Amino acid sequence: MKTNARHVREPLIHLTRRMNVPTWFAWAVRVGAFAISMLVCCLVSCLLSDKVNPGFFFKYLFEGAFGSGMLIMSLLRDTAMYLLLALAVTPCFEMRYWNIGGEGQAMMGALGCALVIVLTTGRLPVWGTIVLSLAAALLLAVLWAVIPALFKAKWNTNETLLTLMFNYIAICLGGFLIKKVAPMGTGILNFESGTLASLIGSDAVKSIVIIATAVVVTVVMFVYQKYSKHGYEISVVGQAPNTARYIGINTRKVIVRTLLLCGLLGGIAGFLLVSVKDASFLSDSTAESTVAGRGFTAVLISWLAHFNPLAMALTSLLVVFITRGANQVGNMARLGNSYAGMMVGIFFFFIIATEFFINFKIRFRSHADAIRGGEETK
Amino acid sequence: MPAGPRFLSEKARVTMGNNLAIEMIGITKAFGTKVVANKNVNMDLREGEILALLGENGSGKTTLMNMIAGIYAPDSGRILVRGEEVVIKSPIDAFDHHIGMIHQHFKLVDIFTAADNILLGDRKGPMILRKDRVKKLQAEVDRYGFNIDLSRKIYDMSVSEKQTVEIIKVLYRGADILILDEPTAVLTPQEIDKLFSVLRRMRDEGKSIIIITHKLNEVMAISDRVCVLRKGEHVATVETASTTERELTDMMVGQKIDLNINREEPEHPIPRLMIRDLSVVNKEGLTVVDGVSFDVCGGEILGIAGISGNGQKELLEGIAGLQPKSGGDVIFRNPKENKPVTFYHKDLKQIRAMAARGFFHDPEGNPVDLTGKSSKEIARLVNEEQILFYEDEIIDLKDKSPREIQELGIKLSFVPEDRLNMGLVGSMSIVDNMMLRSYRKGRSMFVNRKKPKQLADEIIHDLEVVTPSDMVPVRRLSGGNVQKVLVGREISSSPKVLMAAYPVRGLDINSSYTIYNLLNAQKKRNVAVVYVGEDLDVLLALCDRILVLCGGRVSGIVDARKITKEELGLMMTKVPDEIPVYTYDNLREEDEAHEN
Repeated sequence: MKTNARHVREPLIHLTRRMNVPTWFAWAVRVGAFAISMLVCCLVSCLLSDKVNPGFFFKYLFEGAFGSGMLIMSLLRDTAMYLLLALAVTPCFEMRYWNIGGEGQAMMGALGCALVIVLTTGRLPVWGTIVLSLAAALLLAVLWAVIPALFKAKWNTNETLLTLMFNYIAICLGGFLIKKVAPMGTGILNFESGTLASLIGSDAVKSIVIIATAVVVTVVMFVYQKYSKHGYEISVVGQAPNTARYIGINTRKVIVRTLLLCGLLGGIAGFLLVSVKDASFLSDSTAESTVAGRGFTAVLISWLAHFNPLAMALTSLLVVFITRGANQVGNMARLGNSYAGMMVGIFFFFIIATEFFINFKIRFRSHADAIRGGEETK
Repeated sequence: MPAGPRFLSEKARVTMGNNLAIEMIGITKAFGTKVVANKNVNMDLREGEILALLGENGSGKTTLMNMIAGIYAPDSGRILVRGEEVVIKSPIDAFDHHIGMIHQHFKLVDIFTAADNILLGDRKGPMILRKDRVKKLQAEVDRYGFNIDLSRKIYDMSVSEKQTVEIIKVLYRGADILILDEPTAVLTPQEIDKLFSVLRRMRDEGKSIIIITHKLNEVMAISDRVCVLRKGEHVATVETASTTERELTDMMVGQKIDLNINREEPEHPIPRLMIRDLSVVNKEGLTVVDGVSFDVCGGEILGIAGISGNGQKELLEGIAGLQPKSGGDVIFRNPKENKPVTFYHKDLKQIRAMAARGFFHDPEGNPVDLTGKSSKEIARLVNEEQILFYEDEIIDLKDKSPREIQELGIKLSFVPEDRLNMGLVGSMSIVDNMMLRSYRKGRSMFVNRKKPKQLADEIIHDLEVVTPSDMVPVRRLSGGNVQKVLVGREISSSPKVLMAAYPVRGLDINSSYTIYNLLNAQKKRNVAVVYVGEDLDVLLALCDRILVLCGGRVSGIVDARKITKEELGLMMTKVPDEIPVYTYDNLREEDEAHEN
């Protein structure tokens, strides 16, 4: 008798979704991917320059990141910055509202802060300037987060495009401020006074302020997500919009409220960048600005950590470790400015790929199957 | 292939009726281990005929057709196209055999013109689009008698025009076997007439057509033969001319099966939820619920029968405040003791009936006797606030949102059809799902998981939910357990009205009986229960009264203890000229008449 199987040739690759992935397996895949990504980074670096060999690569990679107490402090400070920005986009991601405007929101925060410092320095006591600059940072960042949210809530516009474009508007507005105020030719606003940094002085204390803020925000956001009524509503709206309607959650209100929170966090990050970390304001392009593309990286960090604040801390740490380490390698071997960016790119490539291998099983058509198929055709 | 649209190939068949276009032999298709969609089905389609494929929901019509269209592959059985055995692996294979399917949900690119949609995916045409292609195509289409402008964008088109584009699309690709999946479901009567004349013309040109439907009048109007499926099995294929609607219904619904569901007489049924002339218009602007009126009484289970998509979902969501209503009233009687209300409802018949049951009293507290009083007198008494009753608070739910309904303290529970998308959150644990209804309580900023956890554990224990723990995401549970979690939560608030849409869909026998028992327990608690179901045997065995919906209208409210399955089947497919309305008042009048 003829059967249907006769003509159907088995495809070469079968993908099956894994059910109930054990935690140890997921972590083993991730650690493996990290190791492979480091090896590939090393290989690429060796190919780029004669000076680099594996020993050289790993030596300066670790030295650049952990070489001294100062370096470790900077490493943690940069990790805290990334973590803050990632936390600022996480609540809306939980709601499946794809706000990729973290960069712009932090930028507006930085802009607000810088603007107040420019306007009030010398006219107000330092503390007054600091409080006002924080308020301005929060206000502008919230505005930048809430405007797209209102559009989404009211007319269901696409938030991805709007928030993306808002990033560039923010950078251009910053550039405009610099053009108007900065000394000719410098392209940067340096603040001697009117910042928290000017009161603190020591770099170590500045780092500690940033790290402490990040720790507090992480804990608060963890509790907010897990135990607050707001956090619960966010999950319901994100994961089952119809159920949200069914139990009478006002979806529009939740969207706007959540983005207000995201804006607040973005504003804090912007303030910390200007008033504590740099004591300057720069806004030329995405890469060369006070926020320097961290807002975009933060989107990736939040995603890779599956919106879990603790996992975000770890991912941020890895990103900063590679950036700082690779910078050191690049400097020693004179590999140029974009070298560190390449290494981070390789790292992300492998880490993102792990998600696929964790969720799917790959089976190739076995030789035996092929033979069996052949016999049936006869 | 000659240039120009291929559907105009002048090969109108002379030898019609004897050659088989498609023959399906012993087709079986199962999904997973439980659901057998088609079991050993035999079907054949002659060349140049219109075959109607008739059956209830879930009888396997669409699955069977999808196997011809290359969407599914059969587990076993053979498919012959024009006498030759074939294997159809994909829709492309189907096109190679000149088979085209028009799905219920159109597969068109909204922002393209009709012509682009038709030419899209044309694998044999030239790579570069010719400028005059639209004009040429239009000329051919006009000659064929389709009245449509192909340069218009799809989003500008009405549903019927989109369907025409779909038909032209498959014809253009050279199909001479056409399958239409419930093509009339979205059309107005005039559009249906137009579609039928197009189908007839195509048949006369020699095309072979299968039309999936569950509307008997359409079967009688359009088809040459009818193939009836029931629960995945082939019942019979008959010549339309030699059968009747009655006979087809019998084949469609089958013999009555006794299910042994415990059913008690309702005690003191009092209308709890009163729906008057309710209409709902959906997003596409179609009236999906059309002037529906009925009461649901405390202590009864009111079944709602109907082929799915006849307004059941919208009716229930309308009552629950999830769909905007375009007209009518949703009135809820909230039981409150010793609360005098002077005005009940302008429905004098209702007032008379309720007075007869002794619900009303005058300001002195004596029972009101309205027998022999004229309507005018009753109206006067109502206006002068001479008719009082202590019982209930009357609340109009028409414009209330789900949240307002909840905040008014109205205990209206709703078990929606699509459990994991509406009603539950699939990725959340059982405990968190318990919280959905109650998390707002209290002023604290934080959620309190203590009580939801207790409730979750109670439900797991009482309803025998099979789960490793109460922290497992509900979407990991099996269908029956998911349903127990949802029904358990909805019942836990001691509702006054409980509406359940297809609560046993996809459940095994044991879980189904658990749900029936839960509903019966609620009935005993004097809850007004609404049960929307698709299995007529269950509706007949479980419910006290059955409301039949057809095309968004009530085609009758009947006594579930007396109606037959065939009568129900007929009402489901056609609104009768005289719509029967069975109420407990009728029953009472009958009793009285009997006593006298």
